[in-house]
Amino acid sequence: MKKLIKEFTKGIIIENPTFGLVLGLCPTLAVSTSVSNALGMGAAATFVLLGSNIIISAIRKMIPKEIRIPCYIVIIATFVTINELVMKAYLPALNASLGIFVPLIVVNCIVLGRAEAFACKNPVLHSIFDALGMGTGFTIALVIISAIRELLGTGRLLGSVIIKDFAPVTMMILAPGALLTLGLLIGLVNYYHIKRKTNKEITKVGCDGCK
Amino acid sequence: MPDKPAQENTTEAVNQLHVFTSPHIHSRETVSKTMWSVFLALVPAGIAGIYFFGFPALKVIIISILSCVITEALIQRLSHKKITISDGSAALTGILLAYNLSSSVPFWVPLAGGIFAIAIAKQVFGGLGANIFNPALAARAFLLASWPKQMTDFARPLSPDAVTQATPLMLLKEGQFNDLTQLGISYWDMFIGKRGGCIGEVCIIALLIGAAYLLWKGYIWWQTPLGFILTLGGFSWIFGTAGFFKGDFLFSILSGGVVLGAFFMATDYVTTPITRNGQLVFGISCGIIAFIIRRFGGYPEGVSYSILIMNAFTPLIDRYLRPRKYGTRIPSA
Repeated sequence: MKKLIKEFTKGIIIENPTFGLVLGLCPTLAVSTSVSNALGMGAAATFVLLGSNIIISAIRKMIPKEIRIPCYIVIIATFVTINELVMKAYLPALNASLGIFVPLIVVNCIVLGRAEAFACKNPVLHSIFDALGMGTGFTIALVIISAIRELLGTGRLLGSVIIKDFAPVTMMILAPGALLTLGLLIGLVNYYHIKRKTNKEITKVGCDGCK
Repeated sequence: MPDKPAQENTTEAVNQLHVFTSPHIHSRETVSKTMWSVFLALVPAGIAGIYFFGFPALKVIIISILSCVITEALIQRLSHKKITISDGSAALTGILLAYNLSSSVPFWVPLAGGIFAIAIAKQVFGGLGANIFNPALAARAFLLASWPKQMTDFARPLSPDAVTQATPLMLLKEGQFNDLTQLGISYWDMFIGKRGGCIGEVCIIALLIGAAYLLWKGYIWWQTPLGFILTLGGFSWIFGTAGFFKGDFLFSILSGGVVLGAFFMATDYVTTPITRNGQLVFGISCGIIAFIIRRFGGYPEGVSYSILIMNAFTPLIDRYLRPRKYGTRIPSA
């Protein structure tokens, strides 16, 4: 049980797909213009991640090593198609604002990365927790970035006005705002990691520091 | 000395030897002296700007400088670095930023611009000497992308009321005039600065006085500014709106911010090439890009973007135009 919880929590902070592993940047930069988009994208990616991790982990011993990537892609594409059809039927507005980035989850590096790095080597239960942790980490990262961008770029959060009499920083909801926010947040996370490391153990200077 | 035993603690001895790279020539030039000289050279244009646009212009300049200097001190304090606000680089960024703004902007525009210039465009990259883009121009691009309405309201010069007026280049972009006489101003008016525009860019003669001082003192070289201005003017003349070789050479170099940009921002030590040939390439390329933006782009003025774009190419220019090492042969093709 302890191990399962660890699989879940590692995706949120230490191996956060966006801030730690720096994966899945394409949707991160593109759809983080508003918190509702971010939540939708996070949920969609988590669903696909969960489905693909379960199936890949379950049939991991049947997949031949040489053609494992095409197998993963087929499984992932299946879940993305399910996800897209459901979204089109019940959440047409969200589907329209996410646009091409919903079908693009097929080639999202987080999904493929977890299949290759985790699901193909671990049992189903562990893979479920890994997928949930990674999905949650991705969603949290997206929500943090989009909250900063939406608040500064429009003065609103989830569509409701937060700051009144505010000349919005239009650049924050344009592409440069995404890159700036992501860069500064990654810097902050790295600062936190370095700080934690230096507090824990006295790091050695020079080449010994890496050992 | 052979009779003495070898130094036991060798590392300590090595640490006491200060190793410097050549050249070992002492010079009175320091970073802070250069920065303050450029600052001084910019003062006449500022006085002219305050004369034309009144008290609001002074307010913008002061807020911008204070914002830059305080941000620099705060960040250096927070990152436990030596506080170097007295070297004048932050103050120079502040004054350049203010010169790139209209005098009618609200007070928070230079404030936000100064913070962006120092925090994002300079200190994030590692501070003075490590920034890729000119901080003042990066801040201007940020402000223009964020608050286009406030950034493009220009005050009418020598007007007691807060009347706004489009700049000559904006009118040209909108196709509102073909001839300068229709605008009611002469070349002389544009030369002394009686036109709508940013605080520091309008008074050409004051800028030229400052530039002459810098050229005389050897702080800047003629390659970048001359290449920039002549290329922009030449292209505007050749590909004029009225037909080939019918463009207005003088209008194109007296309008907009080309004199300010060419002499004071395209010559920044950190973000432009170090070799003279590289500076010539830099200036000519800036001129071509500025012309393309003015003539075909969506913005009326392209000087600031042209310098920012060429800032990105500076490492490449420096790499390909390395001077020949003394004593080596030019490789034959």
